[in-house]
Amino acid sequence: MSTLTTDPRRTAAEVLPQRQSRIWRKFRANRAALLGGVIVGFFVLIALLAPLLPIPAPTATDWGAVRKAPSAAHWFGTDEIGRDVLSRMVWGGQASLMAGVVSVAIAVFLGVPLGILAGYLRGWTDAAISRVTEAMLAAPFLILAIALAAFLGPSLTNAMIAIGLSAMPIFIRLARAQTMAVMTEDYVESARAVGLRHGPMIWRYILPNIFPPILVQATLTIATAIIAEASLSFLGLGQQPPAPSWGSMLNVAKNFLEQAPWMALYPGAAIFLVVLGFNLLGDGLRDALDPRDH
Amino acid sequence: MLAFIGRRLLIAIPTVILISVFVFALQKLLPGDPVLVMAGEERDPAVLEYLREQYRLNDPIPVQYMIWVGNALQGDLGISLRTNQPVLALIAQKLPVTLQLAVMALVIAVVIGVPAGVLSAYKKGTWIDWLANVAALSGLSVPNFWLGIMLILLVSVKLGWLPASGYQPFSDDPLQSIRTMLMPAFVLGTGIAATLMRHTRSAMLSVLKSDYIRTARAKGLAEHVVLIKHALRNALVPIVTVTTLLFGELLAGAVLTEQIFTIPGFGKLVVDAVFNRDYAVVQGIVLCTGIAFIFMNLLADVAYRILNPRMRDK
Repeated sequence: MSTLTTDPRRTAAEVLPQRQSRIWRKFRANRAALLGGVIVGFFVLIALLAPLLPIPAPTATDWGAVRKAPSAAHWFGTDEIGRDVLSRMVWGGQASLMAGVVSVAIAVFLGVPLGILAGYLRGWTDAAISRVTEAMLAAPFLILAIALAAFLGPSLTNAMIAIGLSAMPIFIRLARAQTMAVMTEDYVESARAVGLRHGPMIWRYILPNIFPPILVQATLTIATAIIAEASLSFLGLGQQPPAPSWGSMLNVAKNFLEQAPWMALYPGAAIFLVVLGFNLLGDGLRDALDPRDH
Repeated sequence: MLAFIGRRLLIAIPTVILISVFVFALQKLLPGDPVLVMAGEERDPAVLEYLREQYRLNDPIPVQYMIWVGNALQGDLGISLRTNQPVLALIAQKLPVTLQLAVMALVIAVVIGVPAGVLSAYKKGTWIDWLANVAALSGLSVPNFWLGIMLILLVSVKLGWLPASGYQPFSDDPLQSIRTMLMPAFVLGTGIAATLMRHTRSAMLSVLKSDYIRTARAKGLAEHVVLIKHALRNALVPIVTVTTLLFGELLAGAVLTEQIFTIPGFGKLVVDAVFNRDYAVVQGIVLCTGIAFIFMNLLADVAYRILNPRMRDK
């Protein structure tokens, strides 16, 4: 990162595209990361195209086809009130992916500014923010999310808020540590010496340089958030019936294990695959963005 | 060492205070009047006012917080709305069940995760390493409640090898207790094993590059001696620290695992409390887990100093 300014003959405009293409080359060479990207892309595409797909409505019941095994008419079978499992999975995927992305967005948009503030201003601001972060980190992630979801009331929106708030301390810590590291760089010292104000300093020098690890963490946290949303929905604290989500589908499916195992098999496999995809993608991004290997 | 523990305890005090503020705030942020919940069908203003006075809800919020903290310090975390039992007694009653599950899960995780991590690092770049990494990543990605459901389907419903649910106290019948807890512990231990494997691999990789490993090999020591006695022993420092810190993950995982296998532990207590709007219990649980987590952090620091002589000398 310091190559941006330590070599005076090269401008940032010259260096950045080179760095980006090197990162992209490295990422492309990582087959596991590409596989992760393909898996995530597939699920995102299916979720976005849900309204256009030739599948029944996810809440449409068919009492003549209750708990039917997978067949040509219902590829993934039907559930306890004759709803198409595939359709519920596709629409449920929308809820799960949205929950993952929105809750991480909440965590990033609240956590990163607080972390930068703590790392940049230090002193009392840092002490106060750090103590609050430690207190929040002291409660296990899921227990905190369950407690918040319980107090906010069961719904998908509240589950996303609860997960976002529970994941926020991770981003505060990361942004704080990264800001403190960037603050010791020569280019920040130079910018300070020429009297750059706090706002432009953070916007132009701190934020772009702490972005890569935040992106990696965000990708990996989406995986955690998807599992957390599925867990909350499984417990009945997330998506409420009849709207589908993978977690709530599993919650119902566990009561029909012997009669209709497909009800549990497919939604769980979908959670596993999409979380695996995000984990592979996150690991790949981390390797590609790791400055030690450049 | 005592001075170090004392210092760490002092640092922990503001965090504990903040946790208590957070837990107290949860109750205050709750929409609606708690007195209406307590009064049930009763709507007589005089009765409601009496309840408000009795529970000191007319006092300023800081005073209410001080009273709550004062009670909590004496072990009074309130009364469960559902069972009418003191919250602390409820937690104490359920905790041994979850501890048994957590200990068994941790044993399974260590037995799988540490050898897999050692082997993966030793065979870096081979198919064994690849397989161990795929298994670890899968272990991290699989939702443990789904794994539980699938195992019940396979091991209990199809094969009939292990019971699908229930709990047998260890003191009543140790063998049956272990048998009942085996599948839940495996489910809970999978994710932890994956985390442990990754940390062990990374710690072993860095230790295997050290000069003393080269020296040990140059002395002609057998490879297993180099690996176990010299490498693993040194790699154990971060592994033990990480294991201590996995406590939170174990507790959170137990919530779902206990729900699937109908185990009457701490996790089931949380879920039942949430659904019955038994907020005193939810608050008590968050407070207790928070404090326990801080204690485990302290334990991790102490373990790190004990295991790492360089830290001890500082």
